[in-house]
Amino acid sequence: MGKLLIYLKDYKKETILAPLFKMLEASFELLIPLVVAAMIDRGISGEDTFYLWHMGLLLLGLGVVGLISSVTAQYFSAKAAAGFASQLRRSLFAHVQGFSFAMLDRMGSSALVTRMTSDINRVQAGVNLVLRLLLRSPFVVFGAMLMAFRIDRAAGLIFLGSIALLFFIVFVIMLLGIPLYKKVQSHLERILTITGENRKGVRVIRAFRREKEETEAFYEENVRYTKMAVFAGNVTAILNPLSYVIVNGGLLLLLHLGAVQVNGGGLSQGQVVALVNYSTQVLAELIKFASLILTVNQAVASGNRIQGVFEMRNHASQVDEKKQSKKEAVHSTYDVNSEKQNQEKRNQEKQNQENQSQENQNQENQSQENQNLENQIQENSAPPFLEFQEVSFSYENAGEKALNNISFSAEKGEIIGIIGGTGSGKSTLVHLIPGFYEASMGKVLLNGQDVKQYPRLDLQKRIGIVPQTPLLFSGTIRDNILWGKEDASESELWEALELTQAAEVVKGKEGGLHARVEQGGKNFSGGQRQRLTIARALAGKPEILILDDSSASLDNATEAELFREILAMENRPLIILVAQKVSAIRHAHKILVLEEGEILAQGVHEELMKTCSVYREICGEGALP
Amino acid sequence: MKQLNILKKLLPYLVPFRLFFLLSIFMATLTVAAALYIPILTGHIIDALLGKGQVDFASVFSYLGQIAAIMLVSALAGWLMQIWGNHICYGVVCGLRNALFEKNAHLPLSVIDRSSHGDFISRMGVDLDQVGTGLLLGFSQLFTGAITIVGTLGFMCALNLHITLVVVLLTPLSILAAHLIAKKSYALFGMQSKIRGELTTLIDETIMGQKVVIAFGQQEQVKQRFDEIDGRMYPASLWATFVSSITNPATRFVNGLVYAGVAVAGGLFVLSGGLTVGQLTVFLSYANQYTKPFNEISGVVAELQNALACAKRVLDLLEEESAVSEVKRGSSDAKSAISPGQAVGKSEMENTENSPAKSAISMGGAAGKSEMENTANAPAKSAISMGRAVGKLEVENLSFSYQVGQSFLQNINFLAKPGQRIAIVGATGCGKTTLINLLMGFYEPDGGRILLDDQDVAGFTKESLRSNYGMVLQETWLKQGSVRENLLMGNPNAGEEELISAAKAAFAHSFIMRLPKGYDTPVGEEGGGISKGQRQLLCIARVLLSHPTMLLLDEATSSIDLRTERKIAAAFSAMMEGKTSIVVAHRLETIRTADLILYMDAGKIVERGRHEELLEMEGAYAQLYRSSAWHGA
Repeated sequence: MGKLLIYLKDYKKETILAPLFKMLEASFELLIPLVVAAMIDRGISGEDTFYLWHMGLLLLGLGVVGLISSVTAQYFSAKAAAGFASQLRRSLFAHVQGFSFAMLDRMGSSALVTRMTSDINRVQAGVNLVLRLLLRSPFVVFGAMLMAFRIDRAAGLIFLGSIALLFFIVFVIMLLGIPLYKKVQSHLERILTITGENRKGVRVIRAFRREKEETEAFYEENVRYTKMAVFAGNVTAILNPLSYVIVNGGLLLLLHLGAVQVNGGGLSQGQVVALVNYSTQVLAELIKFASLILTVNQAVASGNRIQGVFEMRNHASQVDEKKQSKKEAVHSTYDVNSEKQNQEKRNQEKQNQENQSQENQNQENQSQENQNLENQIQENSAPPFLEFQEVSFSYENAGEKALNNISFSAEKGEIIGIIGGTGSGKSTLVHLIPGFYEASMGKVLLNGQDVKQYPRLDLQKRIGIVPQTPLLFSGTIRDNILWGKEDASESELWEALELTQAAEVVKGKEGGLHARVEQGGKNFSGGQRQRLTIARALAGKPEILILDDSSASLDNATEAELFREILAMENRPLIILVAQKVSAIRHAHKILVLEEGEILAQGVHEELMKTCSVYREICGEGALP
Repeated sequence: MKQLNILKKLLPYLVPFRLFFLLSIFMATLTVAAALYIPILTGHIIDALLGKGQVDFASVFSYLGQIAAIMLVSALAGWLMQIWGNHICYGVVCGLRNALFEKNAHLPLSVIDRSSHGDFISRMGVDLDQVGTGLLLGFSQLFTGAITIVGTLGFMCALNLHITLVVVLLTPLSILAAHLIAKKSYALFGMQSKIRGELTTLIDETIMGQKVVIAFGQQEQVKQRFDEIDGRMYPASLWATFVSSITNPATRFVNGLVYAGVAVAGGLFVLSGGLTVGQLTVFLSYANQYTKPFNEISGVVAELQNALACAKRVLDLLEEESAVSEVKRGSSDAKSAISPGQAVGKSEMENTENSPAKSAISMGGAAGKSEMENTANAPAKSAISMGRAVGKLEVENLSFSYQVGQSFLQNINFLAKPGQRIAIVGATGCGKTTLINLLMGFYEPDGGRILLDDQDVAGFTKESLRSNYGMVLQETWLKQGSVRENLLMGNPNAGEEELISAAKAAFAHSFIMRLPKGYDTPVGEEGGGISKGQRQLLCIARVLLSHPTMLLLDEATSSIDLRTERKIAAAFSAMMEGKTSIVVAHRLETIRTADLILYMDAGKIVERGRHEELLEMEGAYAQLYRSSAWHGA
C-alpha cells in the first residue's frame, strides 16, 4: 500500500490541508465544554445574564467556524481522494497495457479487473476517510484527555485509564473478529460455489439424479455459514456494551472524584459538568474510530493487492529498453533483407498464384513448387522467411515443456498447416511467432533475425493473427477492423471484408460499417464474429497470417468459400493454419504433425499419409472423403 | 406501498423467530430507556455538588449506585438485543437462501436456461447478504432511534417544557439540511455511477481481451480511451464525494445551534429558578443524543431501502415459476409455490425452539406442482417410478416452444427399437439439442408424447426416467471435487475396480494416473490443470460408470483431438451394443453407421433414413454432405 501513496503527490496541498482543517474543527469542538463550564461557573453562579448571552453567541461562532473549516476539509479530502484514485487507475491501466502474455497468465484477467474496479474504489474510500477522520478522532480523544488534565490531574488519569482500556478492548475484539469474518467469508464462498455448480451443471446433476444430495449439501453448508456468521456477529457485538460500561465506569469515577473535589474546594460545579461532557465526546469519537479502522483495514488490503500488480515486472521489460536503443541498427539490417526478399518472393508468388488458380492442383506441382522455393533460397543464400531453430518452450510454473525442439522453416506465400491433438502445442507454437511468448531455448527467426530483436509494433504490423475465440470490442464494426490497420481506407476495409465473407454480415447490419458492436461482440453470431476477426487480421495486409483453429464456428460451406478466397489473394502472405481437421490443411505446402509438444512428422499430405501413422489416423477419422 | 408489500412477503420467514423478535424489541426499549435515565441521575449528582463542604455524599453515593446498576442493565439488554438480532437476521437469510436454492433445484430447465447464472449467484450472495445486514442495521437503528427520540422528548418535557420547545423547533433544520444535501448528492452519485459503469465496461472488455489488444498493438489506443473516460470520472467522483460529505458538518452545525440554544435558555431558566444546574446538564446531553437518530436516519433508510430492493430481487425469483406456468399452460391444480414457512423450517438451527414447520422437510413444497420438477422425493400425484427399461423409444408428434405462440419443434416422430442407434444431423439451431433436452425430461413438451417401452414417460418420475439414460453433453461440466468424486456422481456405490475399469474404457485412466494426486486430484469448474479434451474423457467415464440402458450423446465438435475421439467412438460403439442411443452427430463415422439418420431443419425432421438412402435422395442431407469438404472433393 505504502508505495501507492506517491499518487497523492499531485495533491500534496490537499493531503496536508484536509486533516489540518479537520483538526481545526475538532479544536473548536473541544472548546465547547469549557464555554459551558464558564457559563455555569460565571454566568449562573454570578447571575450574569449578559455573560450567558455572550457565551451563547460564542458557541454559535464556534459552530460557524467549525462548519467552514470542516466543509473546507471535506472538499480537500474529496479532491485528493478522487485525484489519487484517478491517477492510480490510469497508471495501473497503463501498467497492465504493458503486460506480456506470460504476465497475463500469471495474474489472471478477472483478478486484474477486480483490482482496477472494486479495489481502487475501496482505496479511494479509504483515502478519503483517512484524510477526514484518522487524525480527527485521535485528536479529539487525546484533546479531551488533555483538557481533563488541565481541569484536574486525577480526572485526566481517569480519562487516560479508560481510553487505554477502550483501545485495548477494541484491539482485542478486532483481533478476534477479523479472522472470524474471514472464516465467514470463506463459508459464503463455499455456498456460492455450490450455487454456481448447481446452475452450470444442472443438466449433469439432474441426469445423474443428484438433486437431493446437492440440496442437502447446500443446507448443511448454509447452516454452517449461518452459525459462523451469528457467532462472529455475537463476538463483535460485545464491543458496544463493553465500551459503554467502560465509559460509564469512567463517568462514575469522575462523578465520585468530582464530589470529593468540589467538597474540598478543588473543583467547581461547572468544571465537573465539563469533565462529564468531555467523556461523552470521547465515547462518540471512539465508536467512529473503530468503524473507521475496519474500513481502512479493507482499503489497505485492497491497496496491497493493487501494489502486487504494480510489482509484477516482466523479465522482458529490461530487454525491451535495450531493444529500443538497438532499434535503429536492427531496422537497417532486416529492412534491406526483407526488401530484397520481398521482391524476389513477389515474382515467386505470381508463379504460385498461377499454380494455385488451377483448381485441383495436385501433389506434383506442389512439390515442384517446394523444390522451386528451395532452389531459390539456396541460390540467394538468403535465410528462410520464417524459421524455428530447435525451439523449446515451457509456460511459467509448468513442469513439462509445452514445445520441445521444434525446427521448421517457411517462405512467403506458403501455407503451413499445423495439426495435432488437444494440448499438443499448436497454439503455443504460433504464439511464439509474434513474440507473445519467448522461446526458452532455440530461436524463432523472421528474415534471419530473432523475433526478440524486432520492436513489438513492427512485428505486430507484419503478423496478422486470428485467435481461437473470436473476440470483438465495443465500438463500431469499422473501429474493430481498423485495429488491423489504423489508417486503412474505406476500400481497404471492404477488401478485407469481402475476402473473409464478412461483407454480407456488414451489409446486413443497420449502419453498415458504422453498425454498433456490443461488448465482446455479443450482437453477432459466432460465425459472424469469426469472419470479422479474420477480416481484422487481414486489413493490415500482414506478411504472415496466423489462423489459430479459427474456422471452428463456421459452417462447412462458408469455411470452404473463405479458404478459396484467401488462397486466391494477391500477394498472399505466409499462412499458418492451426487445425483439428485434416480437410482444412490438406493442401498446405507443409504440414507439421504435433504431438505432446514435438513435431512428429512434417511434409505434404501425401507424404504424411505414407509415412506418419498418427496422421493417417487423424485423417481416417477426420476428413470427409 | 411497494416496500410494505415486500416486507409482508418477508414476514413468513420471520414467523419462526417471532418470540426472539418480541424479546429483542423489549430489550431495545430497555437498553435505550436505561441509557436515557443515566444523564438524569448524573444531573442529580451534579446538583448535589453545591460547593466547598456542601456536598451531600449520602445522596451522591446512592445515585452512583443507581447509575452503576442501570448501566449494567443497559449494557446487558443491548448485548442481548444484538445477539438476538443476529440470530433473527441471519436465520431469515438462511431460510431465504435455502428456499432460493430449493427453488432452483426444482425449476424447469427452460427457466434456468433463460436466466443468467451470474445473476442468480449474485442474488444468492450479495443480495441476501445485503438483506441480512440491512435488516439488522435497519431495524436495530430505526427502532432504537425511534425509542431514543420518543424517550428523550418524554424526559425533556418532564423536566422543562420551554427548553424542550427550543430543541424541537430547531431540529427540523438539521433534517432539512440533510434532505437537501441528499437530493443534490443523489444526482451526483447517479452521474458518477454512470461514468463508473462506462469505465468498468471498458476495463472488463479490454482486460478480458488483453491478448487480442496486444496482438494488434492497440495498447496506446485503449489507454487513450481509458484516459478519456477517467478524465470525466475525476470531477464526477470529486463532486459526488464532496457534496455527500457535507451532510455531517451541516447537521453537526445545526446540533451546535441546538446546543447553544439549550445552554443559553437553560442558563436563563436556572437563573430564574425554574431549573437546576444538574437539569441543565441533562438537557445538554439530551440535546446531543436527541439529534443523533435524525442524522443517522437518512443512512439507515437508504440501507433499509437497499435491503428491501435486494429482498425483492430474491422474492421475485421465488415467485417466478408460478407466473410462468400460468402464462404458458394455465397450470391446473398447482398449489402455491414453495411455502416459505416450510423452507424456513428446514433451515432453522437446532437451538431454536421447535417450530411446527420443522417437520416438513422442505421438498414437500414442490409436490403437486405440475410445472416443477418432480423427483422421487416429491412425486407428482400420479407419477410412479419406472423400472429398468428395455429401450424401445418412440416419439409421437412432439412439439415444443420456447415462447408462447412461437413453436420451435414441430411434429417430431420417430421410433428407436431397442439397441438401435439414431443420429440427429442438422445445422446449429435446428433443434437437435432441444430434442435431447425433451428426451431427458429437462423441458416439458407442449404437445405429443414420448413413449418408453410403450409407456408414456409423463407418468413416471423424472428421476426414474433419467436413471435409464446416460448423457454426455458438449459442455464438459465437472463439479468441484476430486476426479473420483466426479466419476462416482453417476454411481455412488461403485467400487474401486469398477471405477478404474470405467476410466480405462474411456481412455482416462492413464492421464488420471499422471495427475499429481491421481484419482484424488481436485478438478474444478474451470481449468484445474486438465485440458478440455481430458474433461470430456472424464465425463465419458462418468457415464460409463453409471451403466445406463440408453444413451443420449451430444457429440463433441472440437474439444477432443481426433485420435482420442476415435478411441472414444470405439468405446462408445462397444457400449452402445444393445443399447438404444440417440446421438447428435458431427462425425461422419457415427452418421454412416447409424440405423436411422434424422436430418433436422428449423425444428422439423425434413429427411430420414440410412446414410446411403439419404444420399440417393439427393436432398438437403446429400447437399450438406457434399459441401462439407472445403477443397471440393
